[in-house]
Amino acid sequence: MIKAKDINEHTPWQDLTPGGEIYEPGTARAFNTGTWRTNTPVFHEEACKHCMLCIPFCPDSSIPVKDGKRLDFNYLHCKGCGICENVCPFKAITMVSGGVAL
Amino acid sequence: MNRVYDLKREVEKPERLTGGHRLCAGCGAGVIVAGVLRALDKEDKAVVVNATSCLEVSTFMYPYTAYMDSYIHSAFENSAATCSGVEAAYKALKRRGKLEETVKFITFAGDGGTYDIGFQSLSGAMERGHDMVYVCYDNEAYMNTGIQRSSSTPRFTRTTTTPLGSAQKGKQQHKKDLTEILVAHNIPYAAQTAPLGNFKDLHIKSHKAIYTEGPCFLNILSPCPRGWDYPMDKLAEIIKLAVDTCVWPLYEVEEGVWRLSYTPKKKLPVADYLRTQGRFRNMFQKGNEWMIEEAQQYVDQKWERLLEHTGA
Ligand SMILES: Cc1ncc(C[n+]2csc(CCOP(=O)(O)OP(=O)(O)O)c2C)c(N)n1
Ligand code: SF4
Ligand code: SF4
Ligand code: SF4
Ligand SMILES: [Mg+2]
Repeated sequence: MIKAKDINEHTPWQDLTPGGEIYEPGTARAFNTGTWRTNTPVFHEEACKHCMLCIPFCPDSSIPVKDGKRLDFNYLHCKGCGICENVCPFKAITMVSGGVAL
Repeated sequence: MNRVYDLKREVEKPERLTGGHRLCAGCGAGVIVAGVLRALDKEDKAVVVNATSCLEVSTFMYPYTAYMDSYIHSAFENSAATCSGVEAAYKALKRRGKLEETVKFITFAGDGGTYDIGFQSLSGAMERGHDMVYVCYDNEAYMNTGIQRSSSTPRFTRTTTTPLGSAQKGKQQHKKDLTEILVAHNIPYAAQTAPLGNFKDLHIKSHKAIYTEGPCFLNILSPCPRGWDYPMDKLAEIIKLAVDTCVWPLYEVEEGVWRLSYTPKKKLPVADYLRTQGRFRNMFQKGNEWMIEEAQQYVDQKWERLLEHTGA
């Protein structure tokens, strides 16, 4: 069966999945919403206390965590809302203007 | 089930709502859905049913799904009926020994899909006693179609169908108290929560709702930067004010026993909450002081009644 990543505006209807169903989980990950950003969060690792308060507040799953450590942003889906900056008690996040982090 | 809440452990679970969905930047809905699904035990599967709404059009656009679990969109008015049907089929398969795994059934719908058009199917599913959770993410209007009022919209709110003019100044009726209506269904568990602080309240209530046998209901306040007219970075601040002013009290009713989950250190004036959102701007105009007074009275009355119920 055709994979979600191969489906686009030019795919003939006969090739689409039956009933318009999706047979793979989490295919939205392939879609870049990072292009929406007009402001970009920047991570200051030295200030981070790994309290994890920013993680559940990120609407776009853009703050990865591994082995008890909060890692740098994944910008693919980050829409630059700035919620993470406001909830961080340790000023480990600052927003810079523009869609690209320098 | 009764393990202590540990944010660090919870955020390291594999996510069940992925990035790449098209909810507006800063939208509360995705935060809530991810938070509820995080409460599933890792090894369990879920069937997510979703009523037509901002959430639905943004998280499931062919061929992109933001869900790691099975997902069904049927229609605006029947998400609870759809979910109850799948649950009944699952039980039948289990009975015949055709299914081993544990599957949980969770419906998400907006306030329009819950307080208004989906109310009959919700009431029916709860009355029939299906083993499912119904989650309303309440953003207090029909956002996906352009901010029309619903029976959840608070009094004095400006929406596109309750405009400011000479005939009316925002919505004329109070918000319907749906959580109490669900409590009156005598279901095993009903609660109000919000994405607050370290998410302990939302997490524990979601876990209880998912793992309590029978029909359970969660009502979750879901800020919408577009419809509420506030800057998109203010989600956490607005939720904090909603609970500290008692506009959105956090409580639960388990087997008929009411429990208050959060008491503000200092109960703040309702105006502190209203002021943060453009949808209430009219209330701050000269001559409209009575609106703020009436809103305050209403919240105080509801809060007092809740304290009576909970014995707090
Ligand atoms: C029967 C029916 N009537 C109307 C619509 C159009 N419609 C789609 S989404 C929506 C609003 C949903 O509001 P709500 O449930 O509050 O969710 P929100 O978009 O606010 O998150 C409406 C009216 C529809 N899809 N089906
Ligand atoms: S700016 Fe918003 S989307 Fe980006 S990481 Fe912070 S909270 Fe997530
Ligand atoms: S809230 Fe701040 S200190 Fe805590 S994990 Fe996030 S970036 Fe680090
Ligand atoms: S309109 Fe509101 S509820 Fe809908 S996606 Fe945008 S912020 Fe979310
Ligand atoms: Mg709504």
